[in-house]
Amino acid sequence: MNFVAESLYIVAAILFVIGLKRLGKPATARKGNLLSSVGMLLAIVGTLIHFEIMSPEYIVVGMIIGGAIGIILARIVQMTEMPQMVALLNGFGGLASLLVGWAEFHRQYENVLNPDIPHTIELYTAVTTFLTVVVGGLTFSGSVIAWAKLKEVMTGKPILFTGQQFVNAAVLLAVLVGGVIFSMNPAENYPIFIALMAVGLILGVTSVIPIGGADMPVVISLLNSYSGIAGCLAGFVIQNNVLIVTGSLVGASGIILTNIMCKAMNRSLANVLFSGFGSVVASSSSGTKGEVKSVSVEDAYYILESAGSVLFVPGYGLAVAQAQHVCRELADMLHKNGTEVSFGIHPVAGRMPGHMNVLLAEANVSYDLLKEMDEVNPTIESVDVCVVIGANDVVNPAARDEKGSPIYGMPIINVDKSKTVIVMKRSMATGFAGIENPLFYKENTRMLFGDAKNVLQNLVAEFKKG
Amino acid sequence: MTLELLAMLLMIFVLAIFLGVELISKVPSILHTPLMSGSNAISGITVVGALVASGEGHNMLSTLLGTAAVAFAMINVVGGYLVTNRMLAMFKKHEEKPQ
Repeated sequence: MNFVAESLYIVAAILFVIGLKRLGKPATARKGNLLSSVGMLLAIVGTLIHFEIMSPEYIVVGMIIGGAIGIILARIVQMTEMPQMVALLNGFGGLASLLVGWAEFHRQYENVLNPDIPHTIELYTAVTTFLTVVVGGLTFSGSVIAWAKLKEVMTGKPILFTGQQFVNAAVLLAVLVGGVIFSMNPAENYPIFIALMAVGLILGVTSVIPIGGADMPVVISLLNSYSGIAGCLAGFVIQNNVLIVTGSLVGASGIILTNIMCKAMNRSLANVLFSGFGSVVASSSSGTKGEVKSVSVEDAYYILESAGSVLFVPGYGLAVAQAQHVCRELADMLHKNGTEVSFGIHPVAGRMPGHMNVLLAEANVSYDLLKEMDEVNPTIESVDVCVVIGANDVVNPAARDEKGSPIYGMPIINVDKSKTVIVMKRSMATGFAGIENPLFYKENTRMLFGDAKNVLQNLVAEFKKG
Repeated sequence: MTLELLAMLLMIFVLAIFLGVELISKVPSILHTPLMSGSNAISGITVVGALVASGEGHNMLSTLLGTAAVAFAMINVVGGYLVTNRMLAMFKKHEEKPQ
């Protein structure tokens, strides 16, 4: 054991912990990220001096290629595309773990074949290796599917077929049986090892395709956790403490975010993963129909112009329309006009945890104006105008009032309780969950139809005129 | 693999899980995206295992697999840290209001 290298690992682990802690506060977050990247550098340096590196040229090639792609990706990605980016990075982390597991198994396998060195593959190694490649593989393929759904390369709707649960169970069973057979006699069962990797990849696909687009915040959090767990398992394979510690930290953080997202939708993780939510159009529109009052941009301008306080409630539609900048412009106009402006952010608005906050931060909205749901709800009655931009289910009062509604119990931002609500929406189509939104028929609701970006631009123009 | 070593590794694992839970559970929701991409970068720690596999020069297949692992883990690490930094740089608190 190399003392210098081990010390560097300890320092790296400490830096990761401090870095994560600082990531938890807006004022210190940037420094936290920097500290954790220094930790990573130390861990890499420690590894390079710890082990006898026989072929550094391969390492250099791998690092340059990976580093260059990483730099390019981080530069070109649009803030609206962050969910896809994170999904992709999760996937690469999982794939790296799978490859490490495979490389290590192959190394040991070659040792067994070599008659000069007596070598057997231990049960411990077999079990941890097969778990690593299965979890790594499922993280990778699951992330690729999530990426494709977010990128709309494939449909964002849940993909369901008869016997799906049966197929999932069969795949899971295959992992268990294959894992046991492999672990009993790893050196003889290389084909089963390969098959296990394939089954892990299949498991990732079958487990993510039935999950709909709006449930992606949960899926991405979960895949984030898996990528950590895969790293942790790889740490068990090569018996490396820093991998185990770091992988566990990430695994835990992903699980917590998953839990927060599930709570924000009042659904269990099992429900998100297996129910194919949003695939069936809910038929129970409970007679809340009334008259929809649509307004013109000009009318909306007069409403906003005379408002003392305005609360913006953005949703995924804001990201789709790339309307964050013009939204901020309108907020500035209102502010100049003497209106008190803030933003109410639902925890699952958008396609990943914190998606809306990042978009608004990109548009230069000060983060003290970004309020959490629990912060805005208690005083929402006193808000003059709520402006709902591209959000639907997260402001649907049916979740609060209608016991029969599929989303009943999900906490919402109670915009309907404010004095006036302006809903910007492309059409009367239902939201992701396919549920009618009684908000649109309320006495105090005004519908402002059109593309969010266009509508906001027109409103800004009105303010400039006035 | 001795039982003692296994017990120690498991101990490290369990303690780290608890530490992670304590660290993350109080993060405000405005930072959830950077937290996720930042912790994602950290999960690129697999690069440590990848470096070993790639550099040992043991056999060709292990070396190639290790090299590919290094590349993917580095995308994860470099991309993750940079994009997190880019996001966090945008989070500003403006004291003065736009005029």
